[in-house]
Amino acid sequence: MALSGGTDRGSHRMDKSIILPPDEIFRNLENAKRFAIDIGGSLTKLAYYSTVQHKVAKVRSFDHSAKVSFQETDGDPLYEISVQEEITARLHFIKFENAYIETCLDFIKDHLVNTETKVIKATGGGAYKFKDLIEKKLKLKVDKEDEMTCLIKGCNFVLKNIPHEAFVYAKHADSEFRFQNTHPDIFPYLLINIGSGVSIVKVESEDKFERIGGSSIGGGTFWGLGALLTKTKRFDELLQLASKGQHTNVDMLVKDIYGGAYGSLGLTGDLIASSFGKSATTDKEFSKEDMAKSLLHMISNDIGQLACLYAKLHNLTRVYFGGFFIRGHPVTMHTITYSINFFTKGEVQALFLRHEGYLGAIGAFLKGAEEDNPNQYSWGENYAGSSGLMSVSPELNPVQRARSGTFDMLEMDRLERQLVNLPLLHDPTSYIPDTVDLTEDALARDYWLYCFEDALDGVVKRAVASQKDQPEAAERAEKFRQKYRHKLQTLRHQPFAYGSLTVRSLLDTREHCLNEFNFPDPYSKIKQKENDMALKYYLKVVKSVEELSWEQRQFALVKGLLAGNVFDWGAKAVSDVLETDPEFGFEQAKQQLQERPWLVDAYSQWIERMKGPPHKCALFFVDNSGIDIILGVFPFIRELLLRGTEVVLASNSGPALNDVTNSELQILTERIAAMDPVIQSAFKEDRLALVQNGSSSPCLDLSRLDKVLATVVRERGTDLVIIEGMGRAIHTNYYAMLSCESLKLAVIKNSWLAERLGGKIFSVVFKYEVPSKSQEQH
Amino acid sequence: MDIGGTLVKLVYFEPKDITAEEEQEEVESLKSIRRFLTSHTAYGKTGIRDVHLELLDLTLWGRKGSLHFIRFSTHELPAFLQMGRNKHFSSLHTALCATGGGAFKYEEDFRTMANLKLFKLDELECLIKGVLYIDSVVSSGLSECYYFEHPTDPELCEQKAYNLENPYPLLLVNIGSGVSILAVYSKDNYKRVTGTSLGGGTFLGLCCLLTGCSTFEEALAMATEGESTRVDKLVREIYGGDYERFGLPGWAVASSFGNMMCKEKRESVSKEDLARATLVTITNNIGSITRMCALNENIKRVVFVGNFLRVNTLSMKLLAYALDYWSKGQLKALFLRHEGYFGAVGALLELPNPS
Repeated sequence: MALSGGTDRGSHRMDKSIILPPDEIFRNLENAKRFAIDIGGSLTKLAYYSTVQHKVAKVRSFDHSAKVSFQETDGDPLYEISVQEEITARLHFIKFENAYIETCLDFIKDHLVNTETKVIKATGGGAYKFKDLIEKKLKLKVDKEDEMTCLIKGCNFVLKNIPHEAFVYAKHADSEFRFQNTHPDIFPYLLINIGSGVSIVKVESEDKFERIGGSSIGGGTFWGLGALLTKTKRFDELLQLASKGQHTNVDMLVKDIYGGAYGSLGLTGDLIASSFGKSATTDKEFSKEDMAKSLLHMISNDIGQLACLYAKLHNLTRVYFGGFFIRGHPVTMHTITYSINFFTKGEVQALFLRHEGYLGAIGAFLKGAEEDNPNQYSWGENYAGSSGLMSVSPELNPVQRARSGTFDMLEMDRLERQLVNLPLLHDPTSYIPDTVDLTEDALARDYWLYCFEDALDGVVKRAVASQKDQPEAAERAEKFRQKYRHKLQTLRHQPFAYGSLTVRSLLDTREHCLNEFNFPDPYSKIKQKENDMALKYYLKVVKSVEELSWEQRQFALVKGLLAGNVFDWGAKAVSDVLETDPEFGFEQAKQQLQERPWLVDAYSQWIERMKGPPHKCALFFVDNSGIDIILGVFPFIRELLLRGTEVVLASNSGPALNDVTNSELQILTERIAAMDPVIQSAFKEDRLALVQNGSSSPCLDLSRLDKVLATVVRERGTDLVIIEGMGRAIHTNYYAMLSCESLKLAVIKNSWLAERLGGKIFSVVFKYEVPSKSQEQH
Repeated sequence: MDIGGTLVKLVYFEPKDITAEEEQEEVESLKSIRRFLTSHTAYGKTGIRDVHLELLDLTLWGRKGSLHFIRFSTHELPAFLQMGRNKHFSSLHTALCATGGGAFKYEEDFRTMANLKLFKLDELECLIKGVLYIDSVVSSGLSECYYFEHPTDPELCEQKAYNLENPYPLLLVNIGSGVSILAVYSKDNYKRVTGTSLGGGTFLGLCCLLTGCSTFEEALAMATEGESTRVDKLVREIYGGDYERFGLPGWAVASSFGNMMCKEKRESVSKEDLARATLVTITNNIGSITRMCALNENIKRVVFVGNFLRVNTLSMKLLAYALDYWSKGQLKALFLRHEGYFGAVGALLELPNPS
């Protein structure tokens, strides 16, 4: 299917010979519809919508309508697993140099099957230039959209849907990029688009924005004037020159006039008093580097100053910068950041966007897809199909940079559910899900990257084992291995590629890669087996707990919860044990647990609280299937239900590792209800409710939860949140502040992490927190 | 004197009511200095006496006399000091009041090379004092302050006198090598709002690099001959006309020097075009920052001073136009005839009470 362009179709001047691998670029073209294209001065961005067929594992309860006791079904699996095809919606965005445009159009024409598509939305300065070519090649009508409208639409979309989209740039910090949390409300903001000129746009809502100003001194001035001064033609090369120059040889500084600082005005000696002030002479030669640097400073400072004046006049503090002048160039991000800091004395931060180059294409696409209502859904960045932020290291020369960025891709999956904040977050704007930012913590980063690489063989093996009946599974698993290993290697060099690097993002990337190669649920059979086994012990466990005194019972329930949490295939230490010693039982797990006092031990406070009035409603974010959910969680919530507390069990919408999914939990709850009248009545009377959390991750982002969950939480007056497991309570949410009581508990099943927290493997974290009075009033 | 980054501005008060006795007593060095300053209109390589600005029949500290306005390049300061040494400036029982950055930078040189002690004064304070003083003493003849009527219509545009009797609040924009923008609320209540490094020094510096010229006059002469639209990219070149969605007229500059991204166009422009584009770019930018400051400070009147505007009607008209057009007539651009000398005048006024 490889295609080499420009060889047999005459010699179009712009055409370059290139081989397009069909599996990697312009994916899913067969189902593609709704094209949009944004053609800029040097780069083309293409967008389309496609549907992706995915294998998904479905569970279905066997028909137990005939009244059979639990014992009678002994030996038969509890539910059946089937793999089904599911169709999900995906957005594809591809960025490439204008030189490849003809090759790319031919490729699309050759692979496009869907004939319903009649128009292509187009924006950008080059849309006009390439109109005829596009219409001829694709037989689609080019429909032009306003550039600025597209830009803003695209900007709103990425700010809403991509966590860690915006970042602050700090040249000399340990991590160059400091990613910002997604604010629940993105408006109002200022977008400074630095193309050949500068546009300053105030955005107040999805549909309301206004160009409040601009300047003719922009990227075109740097490029045009720079080309005249240095005889250097390319924009990238001009930036290279600038990064090597000394502006003080060309600019007149305050100290050149004053001999030092202008103290009474607080102007330091190094401040530029007059750009190019020293070049007003014919008896001196100035180096290209110095002139380019001086020009860069002049333009960046000028734009920064205007941006600040507009931000002040309109009372705005969120200021995003984009346009080709910025586009991932560390040099310009640095000078703009510096300028904004200087003019606002640090009150306003210059913000940049990871997908800035795609805004126009995204916006044009959204304009064309309005009838599909893309804004009604939540979307998520697919780490498997997206290139991530490419290296912007200044050491990288422009040629290398151009090569590495020949084709850049962004893919976004439509999420089944609309995602919102947990209403119980103390302060949604300051909530950070992840406990450790691996972009900043080099030691932790090295460890976790190693850890995930080390675990890769096991994951591949399990993936193959889960599809024994499919002979090509091994081949697919190998592709998965290559893809994920490549991602890990990329992240080793560019930890900022997908926003802040975290254990969560590493786990999620692995899930995305597994899905990509049709391993939707490698643990389905293991989960099924474990669920089956655990159910057999349920009544026994409940009975043994019931015999205890109140005080003893509470401790046994908590211990059971913790012991259950030891069973986790996600943790390598445990999966090793489980694989070699399948008899590793519940009782043994209890013995492995750390004795009290635990590493974090708020058990006494919890027990005191339990002696008081019951909670109204507890929201429980559950973790693993099998022993964890059945023998740990259910006996525990049974006690809560008996106390008169309503319980909402929140589980994953889609599979991740051996975590129990919502559909599995549905079946399990029915089975348990059939055995246990306490659970049965609670379930029947809706005092026990099951909701999905909207995610398919082993971790938990409380700012992106299923909308239904948020409604349930609000309606039931939830006053206790329980978060269980390493992924949800340690890697994420360990420091999350809630506006109600919370219980975070986990067993640390990783010796490195345990040591880091000051404990040993199988250390216990039992964190019970009550919001302070001031917090409650918040 | 006002020692700036590019130019030294010197203001000299020549008493004309000298009595015979006084003349007798006058030391020889003073006589020779006076003769030297008043009998020439050019000094050394770059020194110029702006005769047309001279203020006659002025009463200052009870004496009647003339105020002379002299400028020379800051590069020539060593030569000036040498002259001061030769002509024995130090023997005069008079102080030298100086402002501008150079008053600080060259203080030591004044002392060692010419045996002169400087009274250093803050440049913004001197600037404001100078503006208010000159405006108050110039009442007959040509008005000190003027504006352009109908700035948006080249046919009707003409210079008109403006009465600055009640000036506050006022935005004072001083365009020297760099630019300082002051908000003035009363004689002694003012603040520096901001500044920009894109000023007269940038215009001259870039023109020297782009055209090989070496003086402001040369650069300006070229700019007058050139056409900036060959260098700049206009809105209509991108959108085919007005960008109506955002109210941008087709003639507006979308990207200064934007056409220079293209090799063919770089080869087809003249030095004059480049000089004109540089002038337009710098001037429009100053206009734009000024307008934003005026909005932020809620001030409607803007006075532009500084030597960038000397013999530079092009920039003045452009500023008048830009302020009027983009503010929809809300802002008025005012200019002063003694453009660059106010700092020096302010310094001179401190002469009787050096502290």
